[in-house]
Amino acid sequence: MVNQLLQYATVLMLSIFVGIEIIAKVPAILHTPLMSGSNAIHGVILVGAMLVLGSATTNLEEVLGFVAVILATLNVVGGFVVTDRMLEMFKPKAKAVKKDEVSQ
Amino acid sequence: MSRATLIDLLYLFSATTFIVALKALGSPKRARLGNFVAAVGMIVAIGATFFTRVDGHALRHVGLIVLAMVIGLIIAVPAARFVRMTAMPQLVAIFNGVGGGAAALVSITEFSHIHNSHPATYVTLEVLLGVLIGTVSFSGSAVAYAKLQELMTGRPVTYPGQQILNGLFGLGGLALIVAILVSGTTSLLWVLLALSFVLGVALVLPIGGADVPVLISLLNSFTGLAVAASGFTLGNNLLIIAGTLVGASGILLTRLMSKAMGRSLGNVLFSAFGSATSAGAGAAGEQRPVRSGSPEDAGVLLSLASRVAIIPGYGLAVAQAQHVLRELAEELEAKGIEVFYAIHPVAGRMPGHMNVLLAEANVPYEQLKELDEANSELQTCDVALVVGANDTVNPAAADDKSSPIYGMPIIHADAAENVIFLKRSMRPGFAGIENELLYNPKTTLVFGDAKDTVTKLVAAVKAN
Repeated sequence: MVNQLLQYATVLMLSIFVGIEIIAKVPAILHTPLMSGSNAIHGVILVGAMLVLGSATTNLEEVLGFVAVILATLNVVGGFVVTDRMLEMFKPKAKAVKKDEVSQ
Repeated sequence: MSRATLIDLLYLFSATTFIVALKALGSPKRARLGNFVAAVGMIVAIGATFFTRVDGHALRHVGLIVLAMVIGLIIAVPAARFVRMTAMPQLVAIFNGVGGGAAALVSITEFSHIHNSHPATYVTLEVLLGVLIGTVSFSGSAVAYAKLQELMTGRPVTYPGQQILNGLFGLGGLALIVAILVSGTTSLLWVLLALSFVLGVALVLPIGGADVPVLISLLNSFTGLAVAASGFTLGNNLLIIAGTLVGASGILLTRLMSKAMGRSLGNVLFSAFGSATSAGAGAAGEQRPVRSGSPEDAGVLLSLASRVAIIPGYGLAVAQAQHVLRELAEELEAKGIEVFYAIHPVAGRMPGHMNVLLAEANVPYEQLKELDEANSELQTCDVALVVGANDTVNPAAADDKSSPIYGMPIIHADAAENVIFLKRSMRPGFAGIENELLYNPKTTLVFGDAKDTVTKLVAAVKAN
């Protein structure tokens, strides 16, 4: 039990440092997509929601788990789709369109 | 290889994709690919979870799980696909809030489950933290959504003794956590849930609309932490890794965002600005003389310029005027006038929001200039055209120490020879602060809806 907890704590510590390291130099225009992207990633709580609904034995657990899966799915799907929509508007497409218009 | 090992390996793969994705999201070239990589990792993790064995038998209620996912899909896809880009910040708030809610529910449910199968189990700290943080994120995001969607006032909501009351809520939460840990009274868990809900609302109410994006970023980080806490409860490394990554990077991102506005995070959270200053200054300001002109006057001014800087703000997006604005820019360029867009880092409602909105209107990327570059070039401009921006060009941020936005970097529109300020009314901007630029003798005000006015400007420029 204690060993298990220590192992989780180790993972926690390392993840904190990786998380901080990763964000160090990000241009301001990417702040919003980055926030939205990390928003999608914490949607991984869907895995947790599936596990609790999948092991539910009482009605209360079933109801709570069911709602949790719906909410978590919203988080995952919405998060990734919105992020993609933001990012598809960045550079490459804008440039291509400009060329089209110049040639007209 | 056993089934459990294989699933753990797949989870490890997912965790790796998340790290790679977050890294890629920080670079303009690879950001979209990064998002895709994370989505693949997510699908792998979800797929693997279907084959998990819990308590020694296969996953129960698979039908219910699939049904709940389908319901989620049916709601999320249209919402995410078809909501207008201007409404993006509130959309992010909602998707973040539901994540927090899910994390809180997972913590509670797993606790209830463990509690039922081993009645002697004590409540552990991580369950309580998961419930507390997840619920705060949920209710806080809901209020943030209401503010951005203008379902309620965007102004800070303050009442006497607010800070003290909020402090008491916070202390009450901590006391409750200690009480539950010591006494093991599990029914208090529901009290904690209710208190956390109130705490989230109380935390967000005093925050002004302009600061809400920073807040969303903070709540995003909270949800990450709540997910990590449920990871502890469930004994799941993937949740711990992903949640912590988001939690840690989110706090850093929040600090970067508040820095872009020239303020500290504490200042954003606890200062409740704009409530006291705006009322008095606004009333007094109405009587001061301003110079207003017709779109035709402004059109002449623009046609005679050789260099024009366009300073767009959120009002532009609300009026959906970005397409006509591009027409105007093209019309000016056809006359040999050089045009560029000066983009404030927090123009729109979130850092980078304006870039996205302009890109959507096919504005060439090279014409967008960031704050520092724009400011050094504005001195050589004949006209600065302010469209729907207000607080980001307010000289008070640079000159007036008593101003609530003092210290926020601004675009120095007043450095240009002339300023044309398109404005719907004399109402102060989002932060609720009077703008001195309106009274500057260089400034010509053109009143009206941004889209109408810019359309008239296009006609006026063509006629000249």
